[in-house]
Amino acid sequence: MTKTSPSPSLSLRTDHAVRRGLAVRFVVDGQPVDAFEGESVAAALYAAGLRELRRSPRDGAPRGLFCMMGSCQECLVWVGTRKLPSCQLAVAAALEIETLSYREQRIG
Amino acid sequence: MSPQPVDALVIGAGPAGARAALRAQACGLDVLLVDENHDAGGQVWRPIPPGFARAPSGATSPEARDGDALRAELRRASVRCLFGHKLWNIGTNLRADLIGPEGSVSWQPRALIVATGTTERVVPFPGWTLPGVIGLAAATILLKSQNMLPGHRTVVAGAGPLLLAVATGILKAGGEVAAVLDLASPGDWLRTLPSLASRPDLLWQGLQWQARLRAAGVPVLYRHGIRSVEAAGSGLEVRTQRVDADGQPTVDATAPVFAADAVTVGHGLVPGTDITRLLRARHRYAVELGGWVAEADADGRTSVAGLYVAGDGAGIAGAAAAGAHGELAALACAHDLGRLDATTHARERDRLQSSWRRSARFGHAMGSLMALRDGAVAGIAPDTVVCRCEDVTRAEIDAAARDGARDMNQLKAWTRCGMGPCQGRSCGDVAGALLALHVGSREAAGCFTGRAPLRPVSLAEVAGEYTYADIPIPKAAPL
Repeated sequence: MTKTSPSPSLSLRTDHAVRRGLAVRFVVDGQPVDAFEGESVAAALYAAGLRELRRSPRDGAPRGLFCMMGSCQECLVWVGTRKLPSCQLAVAAALEIETLSYREQRIG
Repeated sequence: MSPQPVDALVIGAGPAGARAALRAQACGLDVLLVDENHDAGGQVWRPIPPGFARAPSGATSPEARDGDALRAELRRASVRCLFGHKLWNIGTNLRADLIGPEGSVSWQPRALIVATGTTERVVPFPGWTLPGVIGLAAATILLKSQNMLPGHRTVVAGAGPLLLAVATGILKAGGEVAAVLDLASPGDWLRTLPSLASRPDLLWQGLQWQARLRAAGVPVLYRHGIRSVEAAGSGLEVRTQRVDADGQPTVDATAPVFAADAVTVGHGLVPGTDITRLLRARHRYAVELGGWVAEADADGRTSVAGLYVAGDGAGIAGAAAAGAHGELAALACAHDLGRLDATTHARERDRLQSSWRRSARFGHAMGSLMALRDGAVAGIAPDTVVCRCEDVTRAEIDAAARDGARDMNQLKAWTRCGMGPCQGRSCGDVAGALLALHVGSREAAGCFTGRAPLRPVSLAEVAGEYTYADIPIPKAAPL
């Protein structure tokens, strides 16, 4: 996956109102991503500058998180054998996910 | 795996559903409250993620306080809750099929209270599918729940009160707002003032928001929308356009262009009718309530026995009204199940209905700002993708209509519009408005027939532990 955010070095996380969960590292397409326990995977990927989550089926156009509430299904990722909206999935230390295009390439 | 019995099953733990569950339980009903999220609050009072804690020094917003109070009340009352579960089907006699972390479960309620809230409408423009372009509701969730900015420099566009809430939320969190583009005019906002008389707190909040934007020097462009968003280098280039009172773009070469790294846009909320459509309840189109809604009496009773609707999913009236609406549905449910006598019901109901009317007045005024503008739909450019799941453009919808697609189901069969994993939740309202331009009215266009699964599920999830030996094999019919 390529970074598509303009300034991934600057944090989008704001900490004036909360104390975040534990700092953890999870794995996306074989690569580690630093995040905080409990964050939604979609938000954590977005904050890491990984905005493009998949390609649309017909035009092959880039897509990313859109509704953040489990409705639009734009942010689907593979978790083992389940395809889930990453906005409804919490970051955890042992979590390994794959983007749809990565698994397609890996499996062929 | 036979379904577990329960008196009242409440779907959705936002203000309407949570209040409904509390009230139904207080009436002596056996209640189960279900939600996809990890805790109650819905979108408006969305909880912070599990493992997060509110900073002791941090200022808590009124929404955070209301949400925390509701969650505490549910726990005090020991309301049975099933969080992290998605409802994917309603079967015979209102049997609810759900999937949670431990697999599939089924419940057989005597009554079903649907309080599933809304989804956000976005009127499409070229580039609205680009990563980094997200809904206003999504930005709200990022800010309030995830405690993240949508971008370092964000364009905030669309219609309704979420515009100001998101723009000021970004400023408070230390982000930059490139511009606010509002389809409404200052006059549209002024017309909502009388309804605010009953809610001076919200009027004051609105004025504070405006002052904050002014102080930060954020350009607020009324009667403006997004013409297009394009990827430009590592960021986004947002072209704007002036619009008329109907939302229709006007010819104007001077509308400014903004550079940003994120765009958040929304044009109002649409009641979630997946479940009531699946159950074939009667629906009506009410633009002032957000679109198609299940026909219901003042207590939320629908045309299907045992099926009740409450909150914004029954028609946009706002979070304050949603609580009273939920309680009304719960009372009706308790009465209909013979657990509440007519006199007590009538007394409680009168009190709640007047409370609902007071709160709904404000909610309806905000709803009017968010109502779909015909001109905005008419102004969608032909090659713009309308159905995100299937990449169906406006030109393809128009072509199907010209070829004879007369209602939404035909449009779906013709073009695959609404056939993707979102089940038409993202595109259905705007596609309906586009088809109505050809067939005369929203009523004529109708809406997509509700279908299971309500959420995408895998066969393995649905089947669970089911094995070949579990399949009942009927005896061969006698010849």
